[in-house]
Amino acid sequence: MEETGGITSASLSRERFFAGMPEPHLAALAATADSVQVPAGHRFFTEGGPARRFWLLRSGTVTLDLQVPGRGAVVVESLPPSSVLGWSWLFPPHRWRFGAVAPERVTAFRFDGAAVRELCAADSRLGRDLALRFAQVMLDRLEATRVRMLDLYAHPGEPR
Amino acid sequence: MTSAATPMAPVPYRVTGRRDETTDTVTLTLEPVERPIPTPLPGQFTMMYAFGVGEVPISVSRIGPHPRDGSTPGPVLEQTVRAVGAVTGAICGTRPGQVVGLRGPFGVGWEVDAARGRDLVLAAGGIGLAPLRPVLLRALSEPDAFGRVALLIGARTPADLLFTSELDEWRARGAQIEVTVDRPSPGWDGRVGLITALVPVADVDPGRAVAFLCGPEVMMRVTAEALTGRGIRDADVRLSLERNMRCGLGWCGHCQLGPLLVCRDGPVVPYTRAAPLMTVREL
Repeated sequence: MEETGGITSASLSRERFFAGMPEPHLAALAATADSVQVPAGHRFFTEGGPARRFWLLRSGTVTLDLQVPGRGAVVVESLPPSSVLGWSWLFPPHRWRFGAVAPERVTAFRFDGAAVRELCAADSRLGRDLALRFAQVMLDRLEATRVRMLDLYAHPGEPR
Repeated sequence: MTSAATPMAPVPYRVTGRRDETTDTVTLTLEPVERPIPTPLPGQFTMMYAFGVGEVPISVSRIGPHPRDGSTPGPVLEQTVRAVGAVTGAICGTRPGQVVGLRGPFGVGWEVDAARGRDLVLAAGGIGLAPLRPVLLRALSEPDAFGRVALLIGARTPADLLFTSELDEWRARGAQIEVTVDRPSPGWDGRVGLITALVPVADVDPGRAVAFLCGPEVMMRVTAEALTGRGIRDADVRLSLERNMRCGLGWCGHCQLGPLLVCRDGPVVPYTRAAPLMTVREL
């Protein structure tokens, strides 16, 4: 992983995830973050490992996977650019529940999870704002997962 | 020719080509035996008749060319059929040289000409790529007439993808092709997830884009929401509905969807018209 420098509140404000967030909050979050780029094949984290960070993808795709006995690392979802990668840093026991790999070169903003938790604890407005933004990410992924569970493209004669 | 006087009489077409797309889906090349049906517009469908078995609505997946040597009396058509029942099973079982019947073309198409000068987002779920293929081919054949073209494809597995032999050519001709599957198979290095995850990566200007959607109804609903959430106007989203089309002429009423007779008023309808109907139970 190559670190490509620090970031500013202005650079965060251009990201959809942070749209509308007050500048002081952006500045506080930017102070916990840096800009990184990783090559194809880079593993961000492994299931069960300590969850200390999260990323906001700027370019490239990241796949989430789960080790399945006999099948290896099975990809369960791909995250496109502009996605948030990682929310286990937010919830005890702060362990990753899935793995994440970059199948191609990825650039991202990387945030220090512990530092962001401290910011949220010290400023309840920032904490509520950020929690709602993560809740929206979770809602979107939950809805997408539920639609996938419908197996819409299955052959009509196939039991579902 | 199918005419107002004989709209219920199938016109014989000979199967001159057959390509297995997946284990249950086939693309047939069809040439008129004598008289052709009127040339379909992208998005229109025909009633396709397996003689002695029955008739089903099938969208047209390629229109033309019309051989310059006059070897056929009308444009060659391709129709892509998934074997899901007795009639579609019989059609999928046809071989080159055999004859099927066509009635039509029926319904309202995508109205591609109204999208000239605009960016295009084509969102296809499963076999929904078939009726969008003529739109893509039209846009690629007239690159100066349209803006950027993004084709978003969702499929169940990599083995269920259609027209895989053409995807690289479409890319080479300028289309952005993005593919995602619900279930990856070993060796798949593409995207995994719902088609809505492709919406943010479509390289179009939402303010000047038109979106055409075809696939299972729930897929179209969530994709339309994602597209409008990205800034494409509701009025610039069109989708292709599927109901139990029988006559193709709005006579029998089997395909009624609220105030619509889908065979006549659709299958392509504006999202603004379809959206209120798509969440009504048992409609």
